[in-house]
Amino acid sequence: MREVTYLEAIREAMSQEMRKDDNVFIMGEDIGIYGGAFGLTNGMIEEFGPERVRNTPISEAAISGCAVGAAMTGMRPILEIQFSDFIMIAMDNIVNQAAKTRYMYGGKAQVPIVIRLPGGSGAGFAAQHSQSLEAWMTHVPGLKVVQPSNAYDAKGLMKAAIKDNNPVLFYEHKLLYNTKGEVPEEDYEIPLGQADIKKEGSDITIVATAIMVNKALEAAVELEKEGISVEVIDPRTLVPLDTATILESVKKTSRVLVVYEAVKRSGYGAEIVSMIAESDVFDYLDAPIRRLGGLATPIPYNPVLEKAAVPQVDDIVQECKKLMNK
Amino acid sequence: MSISIKETSHSPEQLKTMLYDMMVIRSFEETVEKLFQQGRIHGTMHLCIGQEATAVGACVPLTNEDKITSTHRGHGHSLAKGTKVKGMMAELLGKETGYCKGKGGSMHIADLDVGNLGANGIVAAGLPLATGAALTSKMKNLGYVVVSFFGDGATNEGAFHEAINLASVWDLPVVFFCENNLYGMSGSIKEMTNIANIADRGAAYGIPSETIDGNNVLEVAEATERAVARAREGKGPTLIEAHTYRWRGHSRSDARKYRTRVEEKEWRQMRDPIASFKEQLVAENILMEEEYEALDKKVQAEMDEAVKFAENSKEPSLDTLMNDIFA
Repeated sequence: MREVTYLEAIREAMSQEMRKDDNVFIMGEDIGIYGGAFGLTNGMIEEFGPERVRNTPISEAAISGCAVGAAMTGMRPILEIQFSDFIMIAMDNIVNQAAKTRYMYGGKAQVPIVIRLPGGSGAGFAAQHSQSLEAWMTHVPGLKVVQPSNAYDAKGLMKAAIKDNNPVLFYEHKLLYNTKGEVPEEDYEIPLGQADIKKEGSDITIVATAIMVNKALEAAVELEKEGISVEVIDPRTLVPLDTATILESVKKTSRVLVVYEAVKRSGYGAEIVSMIAESDVFDYLDAPIRRLGGLATPIPYNPVLEKAAVPQVDDIVQECKKLMNK
Repeated sequence: MSISIKETSHSPEQLKTMLYDMMVIRSFEETVEKLFQQGRIHGTMHLCIGQEATAVGACVPLTNEDKITSTHRGHGHSLAKGTKVKGMMAELLGKETGYCKGKGGSMHIADLDVGNLGANGIVAAGLPLATGAALTSKMKNLGYVVVSFFGDGATNEGAFHEAINLASVWDLPVVFFCENNLYGMSGSIKEMTNIANIADRGAAYGIPSETIDGNNVLEVAEATERAVARAREGKGPTLIEAHTYRWRGHSRSDARKYRTRVEEKEWRQMRDPIASFKEQLVAENILMEEEYEALDKKVQAEMDEAVKFAENSKEPSLDTLMNDIFA
């Protein structure tokens, strides 16, 4: 099968949906001729024109509200926030407006909007351009939160996000943009709320999100050499969360490690751990649940420090060994 | 530049409708205020008594397809746009027959069927939403215009500036309608901004603007007509600043220490938008005293009926608590 990058897969999903549905359009800063800060929208303005690939002022408070207002009146906007960190300036429109509109209006309005959020560290962009704040969003009822870890998932999840009638926050990891994977050209959708078992195993369940899925898979290869069989589960969407797939795996392996790049403290991994601990599957556990996350520090600039601030493959290997008392 | 009835192009029937619509708003506010004092409505509310002319006048040029965004002080806007008294009363009483099935309350009344995109509990939040609704109109060639109501307090929020700039650069069909009632909660506009007229801020974004008497319903209607016509022609947004005054405090907890009783009395006695308009209509023989009394009775009957409807409506079932939320 043909291979495309994560970035191209997202672009393809958006373009295919825009060809099918006039109501779908994209807006954001520098997404026109420039092609977006990461080049994701390259070529789109040429195909769809400036009306549907709307280059906006640097004005997150306005463009996020504009997207919500357009969605309330029948459009299906995709909003690119140039770096996920800039969501702070759009927060009122996302948390106080988009998330609540349907409910507080008694179900008489809907906000079908996708907000694309390039996030994560590792690119040397330092503290204000490298965060992973997806857990904030998962705390707000009314928002769906998606975090694809590979190109195939990114395309299928983007399509589901565009077709969803509720606000969806779509976190893209910057370091994954140029990773390649097999992606069919045809239309396919991955329903929101369906986890994926990226690798089967019998000793430990690793629940990892975004780029940590890839790191967990690398760690699994190392661990295999030492006779430890790891199962890697990617929830793919944090809200809604596919609890059944995770719990089934825990039942089988009896040991759990949760890995995420965001700051460990109050990160979404804590929610996954609680979910397991509160379930009937708790009785199956042979060891305390372990959690690996980012240190409680702003992301530093220096590449060595930057790397040390978030979990790496070797950290995952070490944690798994501890879980196996090795 | 006060406009008198002699100069207007509106028909006697239209003028009487404007008066009636203002009377409905005043009566609605007085009714819910009483219910609140009696403990039959809970929470809080922000009354627009004294500001009826801005809501009614600004909605005069609007069709059912045109839209509004409103504020925490939004009962008047909703009524002027065609949202019905009964459903609003039921919403304030938290009943299942309310516009939001009892889940929104005073600050979130919305009625999309008549183009009312909703009140808002966040100051200035309606302006960016209005640009989005206007973008839909423009992209789908739907021809409708959006009037975004907000207060003087909103004009110091970033959202005000960013939304007007966006609407300006994209020539969106929006009318930014500022009800300058002199106070954002307790903050006097004189203490909170350093410019004489909020309308001056239009120049910063390259759009026309004007300051008008917001207690003269005809002046409001005609200024909004010009702005709406401009928006419909694809020429982009306008900023209107209408001077008005809220007779009541900000909300129920307000002891009004930040303004004088003399000032309040002056606005109530000299610049009541309803009394002054009624006097003009009577003076011009457009309205008879008996007609006015009949209108007054009609309004009262409508309120009585709405209160009865709301009180007889069911509380929302507990089963609905988690409805209409999908994540």
